[in-house]
Amino acid sequence: MKILVLISNVPDTTTKIRFTGDNTSFDDAGVQWIINPWDELALTRAMELKEAGGIEKITVANVGEKATEPTLRKALAVGADDAIRIDAPAKDAFYVASQLAEIAVGYDLILAGIEASDYNGNAVGGMLAEILDYNSVSAVSGINIEGDKFIVNREIDGGSQVLNITGPLVAIVQKGIAKEPRIPAMRGIMMARKKPLNVANPIEANERTQFVNFELPPPKAACKMIDEENAKEIIKLLHEEAKVL
Amino acid sequence: MSILIYTENWDGKFKKLSYELVSYAAAIAKEMGSKVIALSIGDISDEELSKLGDYGANKILTVKDERFTSLDNRAIANAVSAAAKIEDAKIVIFANSNLGKAIAPRVSVKLEAGLVTGVIALPISIDPFVVQKKVFTGKAIANVQIDTEVKIITFSQNSYEVVEVENNATIEAFDPSVVDGDFSTTVTETNKVTGKVLLTDAEIVISGGRGMKSGDNWGGLEQLADMLSAGLACSRPVSDEGWRPHGEHVGQTGKIIAPNLYFAFGISGAIQHLGGVSSSKVIVAVNKDAEAPIFESADYGIIGDVNKVIPQFIEGIKEL
Ligand SMILES: Cc1cc2nc3c(=O)[nH]c(=O)nc-3n(C[C@H](O)[C@H](O)[C@H](O)COP(=O)(O)OP(=O)(O)OC[C@H]3O[C@@H](n4cnc5c(N)ncnc54)[C@H](O)[C@@H]3O)c2cc1C
Repeated sequence: MKILVLISNVPDTTTKIRFTGDNTSFDDAGVQWIINPWDELALTRAMELKEAGGIEKITVANVGEKATEPTLRKALAVGADDAIRIDAPAKDAFYVASQLAEIAVGYDLILAGIEASDYNGNAVGGMLAEILDYNSVSAVSGINIEGDKFIVNREIDGGSQVLNITGPLVAIVQKGIAKEPRIPAMRGIMMARKKPLNVANPIEANERTQFVNFELPPPKAACKMIDEENAKEIIKLLHEEAKVL
Repeated sequence: MSILIYTENWDGKFKKLSYELVSYAAAIAKEMGSKVIALSIGDISDEELSKLGDYGANKILTVKDERFTSLDNRAIANAVSAAAKIEDAKIVIFANSNLGKAIAPRVSVKLEAGLVTGVIALPISIDPFVVQKKVFTGKAIANVQIDTEVKIITFSQNSYEVVEVENNATIEAFDPSVVDGDFSTTVTETNKVTGKVLLTDAEIVISGGRGMKSGDNWGGLEQLADMLSAGLACSRPVSDEGWRPHGEHVGQTGKIIAPNLYFAFGISGAIQHLGGVSSSKVIVAVNKDAEAPIFESADYGIIGDVNKVIPQFIEGIKEL
């Protein structure tokens, strides 16, 4: 069985967000890039499944320009066997999914993060499944393999379910899929240098959406402070002033 | 030409979210001069279905097919796409919920439609079609244009006021012509949260962080939640420590919520935590550290000990 983990290259979650060009593009000056947190958990779970046996290979893939390679190297250092970078900017979700569909055939399990922490798209995994006509499950918080079946835990609105589903499967994963993301060890970093990072050419594909511009949220009014001894006063303010109680 | 909305139900009842979607779609439909069609999958009474009409749906398509209870993503996507084609839908709207986020991308491929998830307001313009969404986990807002003829969005909860209208909707049974082969999900176990206010539905949320010191100290917060019919939430370390169940974890890697009122007890206000709660209308913070970043995002604050403040809140609510 082969696993493909989709990797999105995103700004560190503590990055101060700024825009340039009259607020039309994200200002990446001085930004630290990381593996999208959910993709990192997906990769961690893939490693655990491989260690349990029966997985031939884990590939990580990213649609991005050369600058995203350190992120793929990091994924190799965590333990993926090889990496594919499709050499194109990640224009929009459909464009990215169309590119990934070209390299995803042959994998039994494809793991995608539930969203990317930059543009919060929640879309690539589901689109990829539809393009390939594969099964998909979203909001996956656990996955195991039993013979040719996947045993999947998924969150539903107001609860959770366990289900059986056959592959090839696109599992769109969230919190719970693995406990803590794995951090590359020294040995992993050394080995990653020798692992294959293949670059593929993009195919023709259309983008269907475009960012017009960005805004920063309006600054918040100052916080009204109440003394600890008069805590009850807040309840009154919430009732009479804010009218939310 | 029409706008199609996919309405979710919970044990045969619609959630407030569904009415928000209908009201939102009705406002867009008015501007475009089109009709609002609501698609409902599940065993729901006509009386409950007709409530969608009270918020502006012109026609309600109902699918009562047991097989859909497995929430098979492909099958539901096929059903929604079939309805969109028959009704000549130019806009398809889902809730930005677990299910909406699972289905919308598949439908967008089928209908060759551009998709924007997590939309938070009425379109900025209809032609070109530009909508707003939060990006960078709430740290910025983006205006996004959809260039395809059919447009799909998932709409965030608590982003639009429900509006009741004078209106009569027709209810029609709809056969999406899905075949058994479209279903490949077998559900072996379902655990529903019962008897509690669903966190994502709650108008008021009571949340505790590491400053609560132990899972045993949640009694006061539970009491507050009971009194206010509020949902319970927590920061990530709290669920990581096992003080509270994972379902209560809010933030960038947990649930994203937008209640009217959010109480943060002993929560420092890390950027990843705020990502999940910053859309709350009013935030109340209680923290013993005057420098805690939570106060920058809060509307009302107390620099103090949670153990001293919580009993006063309980008393204050009793006096209301
Ligand atoms: C990639 C990534 C994703 C993350 N995702 C999330 C997420 O989704 N959600 C999330 O919450 N966190 C998330 N985190 C973790 C986040 O960075 C913080 O570590 C976390 O939110 C801190 O939780 P806390 O506020 O409960 O604890 P702390 O930061 O330890 O704060 C405890 C607070 O309690 C106060 N306090 C202590 N005792 C008392 C008392 N007796 N009375 C009053 N106040 C008291 C302290 O002054 C302090 O401010 C993420 C981190 C990373 C790196």
